Amino acid sequence: MSWLSRITAGLTKSAANVTEGIKQAIGIAAKLDDATLEALEEALIAADTSLPVAQALLKDLKKAKLPDPLTQEALKQALADLIAARLQPLAQPLSFPASPTVILVAGVNGAGKTTTIGKLAAQWAAQGKHVVVAAADTFRAAAVAQLKVWTDRADASTKKGSVSIVPPAKEGADSASVAYAALEKAQNEHADIVLIDTAGRLANRADLLAELPKLNRALQKQDATAPHHTLLVLDATLGQSTLPQVAEFHKQIPLTGLIVTKLDGTAKAGFLLALAAQPNPLPVVAIGVGESLDDLGPFEPSAFAAALVGIDSAK
Amino acid sequence: MLEFIQEKLGKALSSLTGKGLLTEADVDTALRELRVSLLEADVALPAIKHLMATVRERAVGEAVLRGANPGQQVVKIVYDALVELLGAETPLELKAAPPAVILMCGLQGGGKTTTSGKLAKWLKDTQKKTVMLASLDVYRPAAIEQLAILAEKTGALSFSHDSMDVMVRAKAAMAEAKKLSVDVLIVDTAGRLAIDEALMAELVAVREVIKPTASLLVADGQTGQVAVDVAKAFHDKTPLTGLVLTRMDGDARGGAALSMRFITGVPILFLGMGEQVGALEAFRPEGLAGRILGQGDVVALVGKLQAAAASEDGARLEEKLMSGKSMDMTDLKKQMLMMKKMGGMTGMLDLLPGMGALKNKIDPSKVDDKVIVRQIAVIDSMTAAERKNPSLLNAKRRIRIAKGCGLTVHDVNKVVKMHEQMNQMTKMMRSGQLQKMMGKMK
Repeated sequence: MSWLSRITAGLTKSAANVTEGIKQAIGIAAKLDDATLEALEEALIAADTSLPVAQALLKDLKKAKLPDPLTQEALKQALADLIAARLQPLAQPLSFPASPTVILVAGVNGAGKTTTIGKLAAQWAAQGKHVVVAAADTFRAAAVAQLKVWTDRADASTKKGSVSIVPPAKEGADSASVAYAALEKAQNEHADIVLIDTAGRLANRADLLAELPKLNRALQKQDATAPHHTLLVLDATLGQSTLPQVAEFHKQIPLTGLIVTKLDGTAKAGFLLALAAQPNPLPVVAIGVGESLDDLGPFEPSAFAAALVGIDSAK
Repeated sequence: MLEFIQEKLGKALSSLTGKGLLTEADVDTALRELRVSLLEADVALPAIKHLMATVRERAVGEAVLRGANPGQQVVKIVYDALVELLGAETPLELKAAPPAVILMCGLQGGGKTTTSGKLAKWLKDTQKKTVMLASLDVYRPAAIEQLAILAEKTGALSFSHDSMDVMVRAKAAMAEAKKLSVDVLIVDTAGRLAIDEALMAELVAVREVIKPTASLLVADGQTGQVAVDVAKAFHDKTPLTGLVLTRMDGDARGGAALSMRFITGVPILFLGMGEQVGALEAFRPEGLAGRILGQGDVVALVGKLQAAAASEDGARLEEKLMSGKSMDMTDLKKQMLMMKKMGGMTGMLDLLPGMGALKNKIDPSKVDDKVIVRQIAVIDSMTAAERKNPSLLNAKRRIRIAKGCGLTVHDVNKVVKMHEQMNQMTKMMRSGQLQKMMGKMK
């Protein structure tokens, strides 16, 4: 299965509701009447786009040039085009400005940080990169062991590059010291990338968020430009609390990008549209659509939008 | 985040004051505001529709109470309907020939393993049960190890087995729990997507082997609209007996709880309130209803305020406040005692609408409720004359007071400063400035 069809396979399942809504909305009516608009609004809300975004999209849809007579497919395509256009600015791949490029990965508990790091490390190693992973989640039980399994798996999956892990020197060690040691190792060994796994923390825990700048300061003792990327991992099943969550993290550690995980389910991640509507929106550097090592790939707005409104990728 | 639906509804309904009855059009105006707020709280559309129908039926034709804001009146109707829909407090039912078996299931990253540990502690500490924790999560790296660590932390028995076959582990865990005659066996399972047919079939097979007394769905309290689909899919495959919503210590308003309860009809049992093993709370519909509405636990707050105001001290303080006389140190002490009675500053903040977010921004050391006790000690070390006339408090007297209560002059200074601030506040309250200031804060 190609990467693109894999995304749409995952997303199509998740788009079932929206499709249903649109089918009902069209019914016999061949025009964008009030009933159709209401059904479309509900379908978009059910995808977690938020009410204001759904309303703005429909306002644009009313203004859009629609073919006459209107078909269900044409309506879906018009809506998908509007969604894709809004998301287009978010599609930016990750850059590697330094050697080693230091990437801090943060997020709330259970978002999928450790799994995502495992996948990123494996992909980069397959491209021949040498990756050092810092197991800086020194809080959650067995977090280091979980990351170790992933990095071992990633390292074994390729002969071209390598993945090594830097665990805490002792139990309960400070996360900043782990990050520091990982960067030191990467510099000594001329590695290409340093990935830093951090403990999950809720966005309203100011005390825990304040640990992140501290971790950055430890990195900056060795490389004043580090971290080169600070990524927030977002669970696609979450709803409207995502926006304040991103804002709170951004306040503590200026974020440079987002990764959306668990898009393989019924979750629609419509909150990306709300995030895209904000000034200087953060790019989505990758999305996760499954559990295997290569189920993490680039964010493609047109595929995402097509799947969201239920356009069959097979056609 | 600081959203007071009451205020919004009040605005929508301000034209109603003086009217006799709430008409359908009036109520619909209010319900539109309600829909927006519930969507922001992540309540799923089907649940919102149901709630709005209930409220419309009850509100239309209702007489507008004299003196009451029609907005408040509708909010009361909404609040009551919400409490009803959330369901009553329900205990975890574990009546079975031992071992009672609890099956934990849900999506990836919902908090199943952490909740299993918390539940073990809760059963041990409050129900005096012996508990065994068994992990069937052979997929997520180190999940088994994580549960074993939690077992050690909570003093529960830990099931261990070499096999990485889910069914073998399930059978062996049952046999082990029977052999050791534990009261409760908690079975943690791997996270799975509701649409993953193979893994859902596995869950059904596990269920047949362990025959759970309770099947709990563990879900993230921050879940969006998808909550209904998730809960429905799990409930269809493996009939649930309870819901546990995690990460409710976060900022999310927790509409997912309502969505899941609505679609399954299964009671909400517990809320996860933090990362520590003790952070599990029994569900209370009143608290969650207020939170979903974004107005805090208004009922509990009103109750506490009423109790405090009903006390003689409260009445006398209020009288003095209105009379325009300045407050002395004895008044400050009374205020502190009332504050202490109401659960201290932290307790109050928990209940105030929208203050949950604020609470976390406040340095915990600054709302340490022991501070109140110390401040009262400072006042108790003053002479009667000093209490009546705090302007007497020169440096020498302050040093004496500090020695008397075993604190520092700095602590004494703080109380003196508090007293000054209290008098400034009361002056502002009388002149109406405070209301203006509060208005600006919104």
